[in-house]
Amino acid sequence: MSEAMQTDPYAGERLKESPFHPRQAALNLREAWSSWNGYRFAEYYYDPEYEYFCIRNGCGTYDICPMQKYRISGADAAAMLDRMVTRDVHKLAIDRVTYVVWCNDEGRVVDDGTIFRLGEQEYMLTCGSPCLAWIRKAAYGYEQVTVEDVSDEIAALSFQGPTTCAVLKRMGLEGIETLKPFGIRRFPFQGGELMVSRTGFTGDLGYELWIEKDRGLAMWDALYAAGEPYQIQPYGEEATNMARLEAGFIMPDMEFAEALKTVHFEHDQTPFELDLGWLVDFKKPHFNGRRALLEEKERGTRYTLTKLDIEGNKPAESSWIYRDRDCTKQIGYVTSAMWSPAAKANIALAMIETEYLDGPIWAWIDYEKELRQYGKVARCTVSKRAFWAPPRARATPPPDC
Amino acid sequence: MKRYDAIVIGAGHNGLSAAAYLAKAGMEVLVVEKNDYIGGAAVSRELHDGWTYSNCSYVCSMLRQAIHRDLDLSRHGLMLVPYLGTISYGLNGEVMLGYHDEGAAHNELKRFSPHDADAMHRFEADMNRYSQFIRKTLMRTPPDPVAPKIRDIHELLFLGKQFWNLGEREIYEYIRFFTMSASEFLDDYFEHYLVKASMATPGIIGTALGVESPGSAYILLHHVMGDVDGSIGAWGLARGGMGAISHALASAFQSFGGEIRREAPVAQVLVQHGRANGVVLENGDEIYANVVVSNLDAKRTFTKIMDPKDLPPGIVKKAENYKIRGSSGKVNIALSGLPKFINVPDNRYINRGGQAFIGSMETLERAYDCWKRGRWSDDPFIESVIPSAWDPTVAPPGGHWMSNFIQYCPPELEDGPWTPEKRDAFGKTVIDKIERHAPGFSDLIEHMEVRTPYEIEQEVGLTEGNIFQGELTIDQLLFNRPFPGYAQYRMPVKNLYMCGSSTHPGGGVSATCGANAAREILMDLKRPNTVPEDDCYDE
Ligand SMILES: Cc1cc2nc3c(=O)[nH]c(=O)nc-3n(C[C@H](O)[C@H](O)[C@H](O)COP(=O)(O)OP(=O)(O)OC[C@H]3O[C@@H](n4cnc5c(N)ncnc54)[C@H](O)[C@@H]3O)c2cc1C
Repeated sequence: MSEAMQTDPYAGERLKESPFHPRQAALNLREAWSSWNGYRFAEYYYDPEYEYFCIRNGCGTYDICPMQKYRISGADAAAMLDRMVTRDVHKLAIDRVTYVVWCNDEGRVVDDGTIFRLGEQEYMLTCGSPCLAWIRKAAYGYEQVTVEDVSDEIAALSFQGPTTCAVLKRMGLEGIETLKPFGIRRFPFQGGELMVSRTGFTGDLGYELWIEKDRGLAMWDALYAAGEPYQIQPYGEEATNMARLEAGFIMPDMEFAEALKTVHFEHDQTPFELDLGWLVDFKKPHFNGRRALLEEKERGTRYTLTKLDIEGNKPAESSWIYRDRDCTKQIGYVTSAMWSPAAKANIALAMIETEYLDGPIWAWIDYEKELRQYGKVARCTVSKRAFWAPPRARATPPPDC
Repeated sequence: MKRYDAIVIGAGHNGLSAAAYLAKAGMEVLVVEKNDYIGGAAVSRELHDGWTYSNCSYVCSMLRQAIHRDLDLSRHGLMLVPYLGTISYGLNGEVMLGYHDEGAAHNELKRFSPHDADAMHRFEADMNRYSQFIRKTLMRTPPDPVAPKIRDIHELLFLGKQFWNLGEREIYEYIRFFTMSASEFLDDYFEHYLVKASMATPGIIGTALGVESPGSAYILLHHVMGDVDGSIGAWGLARGGMGAISHALASAFQSFGGEIRREAPVAQVLVQHGRANGVVLENGDEIYANVVVSNLDAKRTFTKIMDPKDLPPGIVKKAENYKIRGSSGKVNIALSGLPKFINVPDNRYINRGGQAFIGSMETLERAYDCWKRGRWSDDPFIESVIPSAWDPTVAPPGGHWMSNFIQYCPPELEDGPWTPEKRDAFGKTVIDKIERHAPGFSDLIEHMEVRTPYEIEQEVGLTEGNIFQGELTIDQLLFNRPFPGYAQYRMPVKNLYMCGSSTHPGGGVSATCGANAAREILMDLKRPNTVPEDDCYDE
């Protein structure tokens, strides 16, 4: 038994704390904690909606220390990653980031994440759930590749919102305004190195900051000092979930069930079903799931994840989707839904049988009003564009910077 | 010579909303605006380098979501951000904080009166219930109860049904609403002077009534019936200032092919054979159109830009007597830093809401007494917000701007009209009151804009500076707005319409008057309706 367990019999039940915890705990006025990969993790700090508006109107930080990070290096690193993910990793230039998914042999999504190319033969893969065992499997047969779990070594902070560039500039990151979306740049920071990528999960202007664990707090303090006149604010899972849904991004356990963890047959999803066909590169000779995906592409996909704009203002949470107003023919189900304060629309992502996408689409929405249950049928319109995609998210330099 | 399908006089936000819906229906529409900027009383202007003021209106809650959504104003650049609670300043340094969290707010109220803390729940439920009814009338044309057409009968039945749904007890209450004072109404709920006074202030904003005057209860309701994202009674800020609302409406209008001409004041509406035929600008240019829509208030429309010979005499008289008394001032201040207020904790969220410098019910009533005598009180009611505390676009980093709305400020002083010296003295009074709550405040001032009703009338064209384009009293509401018999946006001259806040549902940045007017115009022209139905029925 470890010493800690002797003094605190509940030590094993308590969650790990991220390097930013001391600052985040002080700002978590509502004590609203949940967990992510064994870390104590904020659902929100003050108010989910308030924090959401920090992302859309000002700037906010989101702790991504609990996210999994793997350093993959060696002469075979690119080839190994190329076998694992559906996208062509060889195309990824140094100091660039790309969004990827990887599948099992049946072409079902194991997880999604990002690959950072840090050097000639050096990559970092990030993802929501631990994936080491799968990566090791993908590395079979490659001699010159090492995989290292660096999740607990790096302090990482997502920094999102329209004023983020201005704040980073104020923090002394010279030239940050010239960093393009999905680019990476390094800055000296208090004797160490701060890596900044122009990435994020909010569909807005934003960056992710990466630094060695022990410098995490110093970085936090410098960022918060620079962000003070910009009302910098930490935000939690709830605000993230709102922002990512407006951006049309998928979430594990919402839009997809990780293939390695599903019990029931085909209760997981393929990239095509998730409307991520653009991530699948059949020009590559081989990658995990290629054959199954090729077959699916020829056959046509049964379901397609679809963005819906729904009439009225009742969120269509967990709604069933029908082809007809009378709700006789079910054609799908909603995976995530909300009222979008930015777009002023009642939005949802839904898995819908592909063959019915061109026809009328209706949602049956259950809602409650002062303890009484109500239901209504609402007309849905398919939206091709993300609900929120401001030009500043792509502009270089970003406006006001 | 080009002939437009419609000309809208005035690029106030209601003029723009009417124009957008007409243009959306395929009409060729021209908006003519006297100023070199658009927006009327929903405007943002940079008067001091780096600081953007919302010169008139400053907070938003009435803008109908249905319009925002239908015209896709978000894509045209509009973002509304809700704000947190309001701080109320009472007597002798007493401060009541407005916490955002329900539990914390309750605890804070209890500090003043456990009774009132409980009563607040009932108060909020009641206000919410009354709002439900009013909200349902906002995007509908009031029926004419005296000379009803079939459509009016439908509307009367609709209103009757909604009204009936309130329940018997509430119906009595509701009728009393229009005739009660804010003070009487609140007596039924609260006992602590500051709780009561802080709840009473929405009852006097923009009106020439006092907390004790019959009718102020309705004004109170008018200010809490709006919402931000469905949260009734909540207020928010437009990112970039209130002008962002007008700009988004203008952008939507232009996306439908609409045209806006600035610095084009209208001298007169052209009438030929009893029909509106276009406008003459002050520079003598004549522009023709099949339909003319006035965004100006009713008094201005009929007494300033129309030839009385073109009008039935009765209407000119009605317009002259239209109740449109100016009663508010506005002081916009650029600050080099955030003021520190006595007895307000250094809490990073606390400045992200409103601040109400009140005193007591008596302070409010005394200030009203001054107004009646053509003076301003040396202890006026000030409702403030510091938008820069959560809008990064309106002040340079570290700098702030403070919007101060002052009730009361007379349109004319007892000793004659406003002069720049008197205006500045009025501004000084406001600063002095704030300074009493925030020592050192005046040292932070970089620039300020003081606006009495006189400036508001000169710049925005609101007669007497009345912020609502006419009092919101029962004799000027619903089917009486602006005048009985003319509440359906049609004016006594054929092809002439009104679309400003002088029409139903009245003042505030709601865009509904314009949208409702457009619907009536399209109906007369037998064109398909482009105006959406309100989505508040979903509540
Ligand atoms: C100081 C102040 C504070 C307020 N605060 C709030 C608030 O916080 N929240 C809220 O919801 N409401 C507020 N209001 C009320 C709200 O701003 C108004 O009710 C609303 O903006 C009126 O819009 P409108 O389009 O009906 O008319 P207006 O904005 O009055 O538009 C009329 C337009 O016509 C133009 N015009 C006038 N004469 C002529 C002419 N001869 N030729 C051409 N153009 C002409 C004017 O320049 C103006 O652009 C406030 C108003 C004021 C004055």
